[in-house]
Amino acid sequence: MKELIRRLCQVYGPCGQEEAVRRLITQELTGLVDESRVDALGNLIALKRGTGNGNAPAKRVMIAAHMDEIGVMISHVDANGFLRFTNVGTVLPNTLFGSRVLFANGSQGTFGMDGKPLAVEKPEMAKMFVDVGATSAADSPVGVGDVGVFRSEFADLGKRILAPSLDNRIGCAILIQALKELTNTPNDIYAVFTVQEEVGLRGATTAAFGVEPDVALALDVTLTGDMPEAHTMEVALGKGPAVKVLDKRMIAHPGVRRWLINTAQAYDIPHQLEVLEFGSTDAAAMQISRAGVPAGAISIPSRYIHTPVQMVDYDDVQNSVRLLVNALGGPVDVTR
Amino acid sequence: MTNESLRSLISNTQYPLLEELSTARGVAGQEGAVRAILRQAITPHVNSVETDHLGNLIARKAAQNPNGGKPLGVMIAAHMDEVGGMVQKVNDDGTLKFRAVGGIDARILPGKRLIIGPQSVPGVVLEKPVHLGRSNSAATIDDLIIDTGGASGINPGDMITFENSYGTVGHLLKGKSFDDRVGCFILSELLKQEYPCDLVGVFTVQEEIGLRGAKVAAYSVAPDVAFALEGTIADDLPKDEDISSTTVLGKGPAISVMDRSAYADRRLVELLTLTAQEHAIPYQIKQPGVGGTDVGTIHLAQEGIPSVAVAVPCRYIHAPAALMNPADVLHTIELMAKALGRLPSVWESQQ
Amino acid sequence: MTIPQSSAPATFDLLKELTELPGISGHEDAIRARLVELFAPLADDVRVDPLGNVIALRRGTDGLGRRLMLAAHMDEIGLVVTKLDRGFLRFTTIGGINARVLPSQDVIVHGKRDLPGIVASRPPHVLPPASRKENIPSNELFVDVGLGAAELSELVSVGDVISIQRETIQLGQGKATGKAFDNRACLVALVLALHRLQDVRHTWDIYAVATVQEEVGLRGAVTSTFGVAPDVGIALDVTFADQPGAASDETLAWDKGAAIALGPNIHPNVYAKLVDTAKSNEIPYVVEVLPGNTGTDAWAMQVTQAGIPTGLVSIPIRSMHTPGETIVLRDIERTARLLADFAAGLDGETLDNLRLE
Repeated sequence: MKELIRRLCQVYGPCGQEEAVRRLITQELTGLVDESRVDALGNLIALKRGTGNGNAPAKRVMIAAHMDEIGVMISHVDANGFLRFTNVGTVLPNTLFGSRVLFANGSQGTFGMDGKPLAVEKPEMAKMFVDVGATSAADSPVGVGDVGVFRSEFADLGKRILAPSLDNRIGCAILIQALKELTNTPNDIYAVFTVQEEVGLRGATTAAFGVEPDVALALDVTLTGDMPEAHTMEVALGKGPAVKVLDKRMIAHPGVRRWLINTAQAYDIPHQLEVLEFGSTDAAAMQISRAGVPAGAISIPSRYIHTPVQMVDYDDVQNSVRLLVNALGGPVDVTR
Repeated sequence: MTNESLRSLISNTQYPLLEELSTARGVAGQEGAVRAILRQAITPHVNSVETDHLGNLIARKAAQNPNGGKPLGVMIAAHMDEVGGMVQKVNDDGTLKFRAVGGIDARILPGKRLIIGPQSVPGVVLEKPVHLGRSNSAATIDDLIIDTGGASGINPGDMITFENSYGTVGHLLKGKSFDDRVGCFILSELLKQEYPCDLVGVFTVQEEIGLRGAKVAAYSVAPDVAFALEGTIADDLPKDEDISSTTVLGKGPAISVMDRSAYADRRLVELLTLTAQEHAIPYQIKQPGVGGTDVGTIHLAQEGIPSVAVAVPCRYIHAPAALMNPADVLHTIELMAKALGRLPSVWESQQ
Repeated sequence: MTIPQSSAPATFDLLKELTELPGISGHEDAIRARLVELFAPLADDVRVDPLGNVIALRRGTDGLGRRLMLAAHMDEIGLVVTKLDRGFLRFTTIGGINARVLPSQDVIVHGKRDLPGIVASRPPHVLPPASRKENIPSNELFVDVGLGAAELSELVSVGDVISIQRETIQLGQGKATGKAFDNRACLVALVLALHRLQDVRHTWDIYAVATVQEEVGLRGAVTSTFGVAPDVGIALDVTFADQPGAASDETLAWDKGAAIALGPNIHPNVYAKLVDTAKSNEIPYVVEVLPGNTGTDAWAMQVTQAGIPTGLVSIPIRSMHTPGETIVLRDIERTARLLADFAAGLDGETLDNLRLE
């Protein structure tokens, strides 16, 4: 599975331009699902049909993992070939110095800033620029509207993994791996690889409208509180997948939460509870689709989210797959 | 649009409908006067006109000579509402406390003339004489008071707008509310022509307070493809630094690749840029990451709707008077008309 | 023999009962269970939707299925456990709670069983003088339930919610004080209105909806309105009453009846019909000017599906989002009358009259 993670993390796919990620995932899903389609916004919606549960029709369970990653979009090319930019998704200005960006056409660049950047405590993005090695506007290989994504080398640290864009290619990898391992299920599993999560859960909004699920889960990363002087948070790397209680935009359905916790306990899968005070996931959009959908999330603890080098624990990843496979493999009961 | 009708539009230096639209008063939730003008202007040219529960004006025009099969459904949105205010309280002395409706910049208000209520009562924003002490902090709406001299007939809830200023400044058109009455004007002009797609022109409400009219209109119209027409920011004054102007007056329609509200559908961006190149119509890419349009809610309606915004660059859009280049208006009409003409075949080949 | 109809409960008794029940956003089970019981004898059907909204239907007499939705949110603001820290609980807020009121406040921690607790902070005596002049930062507040670390971890886990504990009492001149008047006061008005409608013929179907998760983003209203798809929707919520220290143009007079809202969130003809109903039935009311986001379920309701003609009726209260909210009981009763008379006044022509020019 590490090879799958490595490949997913290297593919170019900022919000709104997820085509290459979608192609790779489509290849991986060959033979694993009964049908798949791409909707108007570019969400990849794959269906693995269930057998139903006795006389009851199969429940429609939607699992969303977003394909898109954050980046920077060029907004102006100045006469000397320096490129001003705006953020695509939440970009942290402090993380830009020393980072490398990759554009769709293969061009690469790094960041600089007006004046004396390293003396500035809180750099403003408006004063920063991308340097792609151009000497004038005319010889710049990229222009206004082009998007760069952050890139670093994938590294297998043994127990842990370093890679760019683990948010949320790790969720994509877990969903693909779960479909490989899920041999039989009573439920109709809608594996949805969504677009434009980082700019406002936009893909999940329309995909949930189209799928009309009975139950919805998001697979995404979450912050941890296990570093020196970290913000108070009980989630730590290596303690298993985190079952979401709430975040800034959603309160998980108590029945969904219980279903996941009961599954983890029944199969002896380490797990933890997540109360996230910043950010949200596709589950927030799925929950309020149409007349409402019981929704929750399995979160993968991750350090250094939204920086070019992110870290997850490989045991957590494998336990997330186990939790998902076992939760989906049996009847889904989310009564309160 | 035929070249002939475009030429006649360009040769005509007067735009009575644009003037009427700019002059009309209508903040979010009170777009009735603008709606009435538009209803009258478009009714002769379309198959049906209806109003929904939020006040969106929806005009439908069936495809002419479609390629066969079900014609492509195209929605074009332009919002009727303007930024302004609302009377909060009539003080005992007849002065008014007020609140902003939409993103108004309070710093520009002291000393400005405003028009209040259904009877269009004029008023002025009070400002302490500088002799009595200079205020170091920027004005906020909370601190400001409107004086009407105690005019009667004003009630809480009455709308407050800038006063009419339609005219010309040099080669530029001047007026209030070009954001987005220029979009309304362009959409009205587009509805006069025939296209090989089913066209639904939607004059939306409540854009300035959260793209709310477009949200429900897109839900009920449920088109295959959507465009929003806007008046957008131009920051093209001289600057010391070499930074983006967002858009520049006179360089043609501005296409939004990405703004705060949406990421444009790349196929539609390409349709517009290729169409412009083929017909030698000037165009520009708006500075990404700035502003938002009705596309923000339209593209999220139902199962998602591929959408893009096209705008006329305007200086000073949230101030009493904006400026724009009439050539940009005409080039926007031309670009949209040409793009709509080839949209169904391009779209089909991409499916 | 006529069958006696259930008589309406006293306003204060119902307010006390509903406000003292816990129901933090997303965790509304206790208040929901009681509302289902209260609605059941007053409605033809009561159901709970996937997010937990309670939807009660009183069928109209003409069978045409035109739908009025009256919605009031049942959730209240509160706290949630983020960490067990050496026998104390760290927490964060759910909804816009005013942190200045938290120190030394009685709370209930909803763990494996309900645990009474208190919000703890360091004594001012040991703090440097400068920091005494500032509000206590929320990261220096804890909840103390008086248990040892081991026992605490048996009973409480991360994600358990904490509600404010405050008895509701009567004040002088027909007023009352307590917590969660936002928005249980409107649920009282809704129940009283349904009682009133037992004696009145109404042609429209009336959906009385108690919504969830308003305080964290109007989420229950988004989905319940989609499910009900009403022809007209009225949201019920509380608003700011005049009080010393608050600017008079930010607040409304209380004891003058319900506040009928006006602004872009409100359909002009729904507003006009509410005002008309109040005038012709001699029910006092005040007008509330809301130039943008009303911050209520009405904001979500209006833009549901293809758009819903929406109104907003509010009850002024003082000290909103504190455990010391106060209200004039008579305003609740006036609101109930306004809602019932409005519902009864809807007829075959109402929809035509809603059409905008």
